[in-house]
Amino acid sequence: MSTPTTAAVPTKWWSGGKSPFNVEYGKLMMWYFLMSDTFTFGALLIAYGTIRFSSNSWPNPNEVFQSYPGMSEGTSAPLVFVSIMTFILIISSVTMVLAVRAGQEMKKNKVVFNLILTILGGLAFLSCQAWEWTHLHHEGAWWGSNPFLNEDGTQSSTNFTNFFFTITGFHGFHVFSGVIINIIMLIMTLNNVFEKRGHYLMIEKAGLYWHFVDLVWVFVFTCFYLI
Amino acid sequence: MSNEAVLHTPSSYAVHDDHAHDHHHHETFITKYVFSQDHKMISKQFLITGMVWALIGGLLSVLFRLQLGYPDSKFPWLQDLLGKFWVEDGRITAQAYYALVTTHGTVLIFFVLTAGLSGTFANFLIPLQIGARDMASPFMNMLSYWFFFAASCVMFSSLFVETGPFSGGWTAYPPLSALGQASPGSKTGMDLWLISMALFVVSTLLGGLNYVATVLNMRTKGMSMTRLPLTIWALFFTAVLGILTFPVLFSGFILLIFDRNFGTSFYLSDLYVNGTVLPNEGGSAILYQHLFWFLAHPEVYIVMLPAMGMVSEILSINSRKPIFGYIAMVGSLFAITCLSLLVWAHHMFVTGLNPFLGSIFVLFTLLIAVPSAIKVFNWLTTLWRGNIRFTPAMMFAIGFVSLFISGGLTGIWLGNSALDIHLHDTYFNIAHFHLVMGVASFFGMFAGVYHWYPKMYGRQLNNTLAYIHFWVTMIGAYLIFWPMHYEGLAGMPRRYYDYSIWESFKQFAELNRFISTVVIIVFATQFLFLFNFFYSIFKGRKATNPNPWGANTLEWTTPIHPGHGNWPGEIPEVHRWAYDYGKDDREFIPQTEPVGANESHH
Repeated sequence: MSTPTTAAVPTKWWSGGKSPFNVEYGKLMMWYFLMSDTFTFGALLIAYGTIRFSSNSWPNPNEVFQSYPGMSEGTSAPLVFVSIMTFILIISSVTMVLAVRAGQEMKKNKVVFNLILTILGGLAFLSCQAWEWTHLHHEGAWWGSNPFLNEDGTQSSTNFTNFFFTITGFHGFHVFSGVIINIIMLIMTLNNVFEKRGHYLMIEKAGLYWHFVDLVWVFVFTCFYLI
Repeated sequence: MSNEAVLHTPSSYAVHDDHAHDHHHHETFITKYVFSQDHKMISKQFLITGMVWALIGGLLSVLFRLQLGYPDSKFPWLQDLLGKFWVEDGRITAQAYYALVTTHGTVLIFFVLTAGLSGTFANFLIPLQIGARDMASPFMNMLSYWFFFAASCVMFSSLFVETGPFSGGWTAYPPLSALGQASPGSKTGMDLWLISMALFVVSTLLGGLNYVATVLNMRTKGMSMTRLPLTIWALFFTAVLGILTFPVLFSGFILLIFDRNFGTSFYLSDLYVNGTVLPNEGGSAILYQHLFWFLAHPEVYIVMLPAMGMVSEILSINSRKPIFGYIAMVGSLFAITCLSLLVWAHHMFVTGLNPFLGSIFVLFTLLIAVPSAIKVFNWLTTLWRGNIRFTPAMMFAIGFVSLFISGGLTGIWLGNSALDIHLHDTYFNIAHFHLVMGVASFFGMFAGVYHWYPKMYGRQLNNTLAYIHFWVTMIGAYLIFWPMHYEGLAGMPRRYYDYSIWESFKQFAELNRFISTVVIIVFATQFLFLFNFFYSIFKGRKATNPNPWGANTLEWTTPIHPGHGNWPGEIPEVHRWAYDYGKDDREFIPQTEPVGANESHH
């Protein structure tokens, strides 16, 4: 351990005096926070899976989620609306990547443009979710009440809606926080804060969070709409 | 590219150094003592808040031990003091008794042994021992304390609500914790308990992220991971465990809050309360237990690991010998961290868990004995043939090892799912976990306070008071918890209000009275420590030597009263590991000393 090190070795990342991953502390914290948040969502989704698989039957998502705004009576379009929602969120991740990239190239106008698109994407997703929640609420679904029958025609417990509203709500809250963070980033960019600092590192950290929220949606989407 | 921009910009502290440090920026009382961003001040805030909670939590245990030891006696003066909710007809009420044990557990585990222990020493030691000016984010560090403070206020307020604090046990199992109509303590008291714990989770997350980022990113030049003192390794793993497990508890609480307030049935199914059928259907109470123990088992290691780290350090320094098996120590810390995530269901052997699944958890649980035993043997071999100095810190460190062995051995009993059928929820279990994680961690904490007090306050504690404190607490701990093993083996269950009405447990009436008497004596002795601590802050013997214990680590290279930024000049560079004691005829060689040409290898 205390043997003197030879200078011939290229870079000793772990020998102290520098960041072993070559990232500043804030990004490291963000990664660890995301790991922590993974466990939050993981616990919720595993709880959902546990209850669902201990139930005899469960409502069919193709029958529950078959509406879209302005749909005429008697038609059904299973999972079309939620697919659009998912598409919007994934596209907003793409624009976030472009914003981060523009930040690394120190192109302020491009950062502003792509951040605005990302914020709009987030808001569009939240609006879609608000519409879907309202629609389900009108059908009688809410925490503690479930109008949908199980796939086999038997009476369903309320846990279908309980988990749906709690977990999509918790995810929606994350999206909402992400939009707020992105709006703050936008204001800071417009005020030249990052230009003065000489780097757009905060946009990268906000981007990490935004991609994480999108990734979580992929799992939430799979667990509630596809399975 | 932007990473390099940040990494290679000198920090604000470094900029300070270039100017002289005598023109300090003006600090008011508020920025220095209240909303301080100095890690040393934040650690003292954690410590003193933890001490206040330890006092409250200890007092609660004295009260319920009064009931257990003297079930037939009347304490009218207590009624005058505490009021009718707590004491009626001179006897502690059943409702109050359950509130007392619940709050005692919650407060001591979370507020004292988590926040008070790793909050204090992670904050104090990480920057000082790795050679950093402060935490990675001093602001988040400050927030971490104030979230803890807010959690404390909410928990404290719950003691004063009309229906009493939560009374369903610190584990807060539903349905009792989910249904307000099930017990008075499950009403407002439980709401406050949940709010307080949610704030506490935020506090540990903010603190933990900081500790991890600081240890990884801010080590001084030459401080490779394998040159870190074991305290830092222990605090690092503690922080990682907290980051990974507290969110799961948080998820469990979210579902519990919905069950309590929004009519959901995550944990509830097929229930009658007071003759009324509840509509809840389809939930599972065992789901909560899984989510809860996924945190709460690692939580006992969150409580243990910092104590283990500090004890390793103190044993080595005061034996004037290198720690035995440094890499094995780090490896066993890592093994304990990993295994602790895989054993939670051993708390649930008798809740209806699949016995096959139970057997897997038995295996992992017993595997933890391996790294634990490695650590114990390494501590003993560090002491072996050492030139031991029995400082108060060293006494508590040795006491820690003793308690860890005594409590750890019974863990091997309880880890067997078959033996657990007999032993679960008895006083055997109480004795086990109090010795191994309760009192042992307290001893680690005392050892840390006695050892680092000169660095914290620039003064020495009184040794005579410290030795009395040690011996009474050490003997008292065994006198309290050793007899409980016998009670537990005889089947005496925990959490009962009055054992004198049970034919099978009447025989223990005098033993219970004996235990309660010792509890009161030990509790009273803690005031010696409190007096010693607060008196010495102002009147203690002034430390004249910046390195009073002859230790190698970096914190002792700072001035006696380090300012914000810790080192007045350059941050020292590290050239060796932290344990060069008794090497080449030298008593100790600080980490800052370059390795000599003729120095022997170890």
